[in-house]
Amino acid sequence: MNWVWFHKLASPPTAYAFARALRPWLLWPSILMMLWASYAGLFVVPPDYQQLDAYRIIFVHVPAASMSLMVYSMMAIAAGIGLIWHMKLAHAVAAACVLPGTVFTVLALATGAIWGKPMWGAWWAWDPRLTTELILLFLYLGYMALRASFDDIGRADRASAVLALVGLVNIPIIKYSVVWWNSLHQGKTLSMFGKSSIDPTMVAPLLVMLLAFLMFFGAILCDGLCAQILRRERHAQWLLKQVS
Amino acid sequence: MTTPAMHSPSPFSQFALVLRRDLRLAARRWDQMLQPLVFFVVVITLFPLAISPELSELRRIAPGILWVAAMLASLLAADALFRPDVEDGVMEQWVLSGQPLPWLLLAKTAGHWLLTGLPMVIVSPLVATALGVTSDAWLLLCVTLALGTALLSVLGAIGAALTVGLRRGNMMMALLVLPLEMPVLIFGAKALDLGLQGDVVIGPLSLLTAMLLLSVVLAPFAMAAAIRISIE
Repeated sequence: MNWVWFHKLASPPTAYAFARALRPWLLWPSILMMLWASYAGLFVVPPDYQQLDAYRIIFVHVPAASMSLMVYSMMAIAAGIGLIWHMKLAHAVAAACVLPGTVFTVLALATGAIWGKPMWGAWWAWDPRLTTELILLFLYLGYMALRASFDDIGRADRASAVLALVGLVNIPIIKYSVVWWNSLHQGKTLSMFGKSSIDPTMVAPLLVMLLAFLMFFGAILCDGLCAQILRRERHAQWLLKQVS
Repeated sequence: MTTPAMHSPSPFSQFALVLRRDLRLAARRWDQMLQPLVFFVVVITLFPLAISPELSELRRIAPGILWVAAMLASLLAADALFRPDVEDGVMEQWVLSGQPLPWLLLAKTAGHWLLTGLPMVIVSPLVATALGVTSDAWLLLCVTLALGTALLSVLGAIGAALTVGLRRGNMMMALLVLPLEMPVLIFGAKALDLGLQGDVVIGPLSLLTAMLLLSVVLAPFAMAAAIRISIE
């Protein structure tokens, strides 16, 4: 098999064209899937025997929370690739990950608070999962602040990459350090292998929503990557030709 | 033509040289070196004023107070860890010297702990007594703080290396380093809390030690990478 196309992807012109071509294929299906999953989650799925209708926020909360962690890992891995192999495009990917990741984290925290108020009687509890997610938000904000404080984009890329990697090492440590406290948050309900403890009718909308969030993030990432390439390659000949 | 013999000291004497230089510099500016310690005591003084002068109440929150104060003092002190060397060009010479930069930076971090962490550890029984902690917890207090402040010095050094090239790095440094230091705070305060209640403390203490060992091995490489980016 010929792998040349794969190496070509690392060059800005190919990546730019690829991201622009890929974007609609991710965006529109993800919106359709979100609409279906919202409809199914709000109207089709039966209410929970204990939480009644309040649990329905799970269809936003769980995908947002899992995306927030996934995007951070992706950002750190991309930053690491950029740092080790001096690949500029990997830094551009990492830079494009920050904002969506922060938004997913805020969304997970906000929906969690809205869910927590009727269920636990409090908007916020100093519980392991909530605290970990909050610290994750701080890590995103620190990364963003460090990136913004350098004038030179190359230095910003590398300095923030070191921070992202240190943060990646720290995430499991933070997770297990806060598990020491007693947890209010419910345990794992969805399991890829083996039996899920969630009602089977709820699984389908949740999985579709997860996939929709993933594809939506992909579309946003394509946009962000294009924006990064436009900014980084603004003096390049190929871009001037393409734009004019 | 004779070439001068390349004199390359062994890693341990390199470590000792860097350490001795930093301690000597500190001894000549001892008034500056006292600042983190004074800050530590001043921050602790704020809590009885803000919360309650009742010793029974203070005793309950003493672990948290001691740990937050140690964390802030260590953070503020870390900002000056690499800055003078970067400004007067010493760091550039180190980078160009071909000597292992992570090792030299680890030596500097060890010096930083001896100058800021260790004094806090030594003073801590005194301030803890003022917060109503009884003398049988002194040993535990010193051990947890010694492990914890060493860990804080190592993590703070990463932040210092990342922000040393920035003009106003102080606030940025707090933003970067405090989230990374939160596990230290959790385990340190937990160990102390358990100890004051007469429980077994070996769990959080072992985890603190494990984190210290892990960070001493890995963090110098992150520091070196960050210094190289900062001074280019």
